[in-house]
Amino acid sequence: MKTSIKKSRPSHKSQLTEAIGFLFLRLSVSLVLIIILYFFYDLGRKGYQAINWPFLTQAPRHGMTEGGIFPAIVGTFLITMITALLAIPLGLGAAIYLNEYARPGRLTRLIRLSIRNLAGVPSIVYGLFGVILFVNFFKFGTSILSAGLTLGLLTLPWTITASEEALKAIPDSYREGALALGATRWQMIRTNVLPYAIPGILTGAILGLSRAAGETAPIMFTGAAFYLPYLPHSLRDQFMALPYHLYIMATQHQAIDKARPIAYGTALVLIALVVILNLTAIIIRGKLRRKWRH
Amino acid sequence: METVPIIPAPEAKIIIEDLNLFYGKKQVLKKINLAIPENKVTAIIGPSGCGKSSLIRTLNRLNDLIPEARVEGKVILDGENIYDPDVDPVVLRKKVGLVFQKPNPFPKSIFDNIAYGLRFGNHKKSEEIQAIVERSLKQAALWDEVKDCLHQSALRLSGGQQQRLCLARALAVEPEIILFDEPCSAIDPIATAKVEELIHQLKKDYTVIIVTHNMQQAARVADFTAFLWLGELIEFDRTEKIFTNPKNKLTEDYITGRFG
Repeated sequence: MKTSIKKSRPSHKSQLTEAIGFLFLRLSVSLVLIIILYFFYDLGRKGYQAINWPFLTQAPRHGMTEGGIFPAIVGTFLITMITALLAIPLGLGAAIYLNEYARPGRLTRLIRLSIRNLAGVPSIVYGLFGVILFVNFFKFGTSILSAGLTLGLLTLPWTITASEEALKAIPDSYREGALALGATRWQMIRTNVLPYAIPGILTGAILGLSRAAGETAPIMFTGAAFYLPYLPHSLRDQFMALPYHLYIMATQHQAIDKARPIAYGTALVLIALVVILNLTAIIIRGKLRRKWRH
Repeated sequence: METVPIIPAPEAKIIIEDLNLFYGKKQVLKKINLAIPENKVTAIIGPSGCGKSSLIRTLNRLNDLIPEARVEGKVILDGENIYDPDVDPVVLRKKVGLVFQKPNPFPKSIFDNIAYGLRFGNHKKSEEIQAIVERSLKQAALWDEVKDCLHQSALRLSGGQQQRLCLARALAVEPEIILFDEPCSAIDPIATAKVEELIHQLKKDYTVIIVTHNMQQAARVADFTAFLWLGELIEFDRTEKIFTNPKNKLTEDYITGRFG
C-alpha cells in the first residue's frame, strides 16, 4: 500500500506536539525581543534628553549635578586601551601555544579548563585581585594602569578562548600543505594560519573589550575616582569612568532629580560605545572574510 | 613471504628498512622493507585502511605532526636515514614533495600559491620567482589555462585545476621525490587522465610514489607496484608482474577484485 503524502488531520498527536512546540519557541523569541526593544526604547528616550554637545565635552560641575561626562569618556577610553594592550597579545600568544604547539594531553586539557573557568570568575574577585597585585604589590597605586591591567586579566580568558576557536576553524590542510612545502612550524602559522584566523580573533577581542569597558567592580578599587576636576596626566593618575560614574549617579547621589537624567545620559553613551565596538567587530570580520574568499 | 630485493641498492632512491609505525598502541605499519627506484613511478595499492597513506607520510615525516605517532626502523634517502636525530624535517620536506588526496589550494592567488614554498629559506628575486611560477605551472600543464588570471583566487579553479595547482606548488620548491596521496580520488575522469599523463612525464626528472586505491590507475602509471594489506607489505614487483602473475594469493585476490 502506498502512503499518502497529504497532510493528515491536525488532531494527529505528533502534529499537535509540533504546533505547541513551535508556539513556545516563537513566544520565547518574541518575549526576548520585547524586553530588549523596551530596554533600548526606555534608555534612548530618557537618555536622549540629557545628551548634547556640552554633555559629551565638558567636565561635571556643581557637585556633579550639571555639566558633562567628558572625563569619564576619556577614562573609559584610556583603560580600554590598556586592557587591549594586555589582553590581545597575551591572549593570542597563549592561544597559539595551546592550539598549535602544546601536545594534546591531560595537562593541556587542564590548562584549557582553568582558562574557561577563569572566564566565569565574578568581576569583583578580579577587582580585589587587582588591588593586591597591581595597586599594592607592583605599587602602581590606584591608577589607570592598575585598572586597565585588572580589566586586561578579566578579558584574557575571553581573548584566549576566542583566538583558540578562530585558530581551530582553520583547516588542517592549510597547515599540512604549508609544512609539506618546507615551511617551519612558525612560518606555517605566520603565513598560512594567522592571516585567516585574524577576523575571528579580532571579533573575539573586541567583544571581550566591549564587555570590559562596561565593568564597574574591577575598577572601583583599582583606580576609578568618584569625581576628578581634571583629566588624568599620566597612567599613574586616577580617572573617571563611564560605568562607575553611572553607578554613582544612579545610586550614590543625594540630588535624585538632578542626577537621574545624567545617569540616563551616561548609560546611553556607555551602551552606544559598546554597540559601536561590536559593530566595528562585525565590519572588520565581514571585510576580511570577503577578502580571503575570492 | 618473500623479501628478495628486486631493486639493487645503487638504483634505489629510498630504502625502507624494518619500518614500523604506531598510532598510540595501534600498529599501522608492520616491518616494511622496500626499495624505491629512482626516476620511476612506484604505486602503492591496497584496500582502505591498509596503511598506504601512512606509509608515504613517513617518507616526508608528516606523521611527526601526529602526537601519538611513533616510528621504528629506517628510511634511507640517498644514503641518509631521514629519522636520524640530526635530520631537519623542514629540509627533508623540500626534497620530498607531497600532493594531497584532496586538492588543498590556499586561499591566496594562483601566483601566491605557487610562490608559497619559495618564501622560506634563501630569498629569491621577484623575476626569479616569476620564472619559477611560470615553469612550475607549465610542468603541471596548467599555464595555458591560468596565465591570464594569475592573481585570481586559487579557490575559483575547478577541482582538477586545483589538483594540478597543488602539483605545480610542490614542483616549485624543486623536490627530488614527489609523493601523490590518492591524487585523483576527488577529481573527475578527464582531470584524472591529465594528472596521470603528468605523472608519466614527471618520472624523467623525479622519483614518483603514488598511493592509489584504483588498480587500473596503478597499472596505467606505475613501473613498480607495492601491495599493502593490513599494514604489511605483501608483494612488491614490476607492475606488469603484479598484475599478470602475482606470487602471493592475497595479491591475486585483491587485483582480481575478490576483496577490496
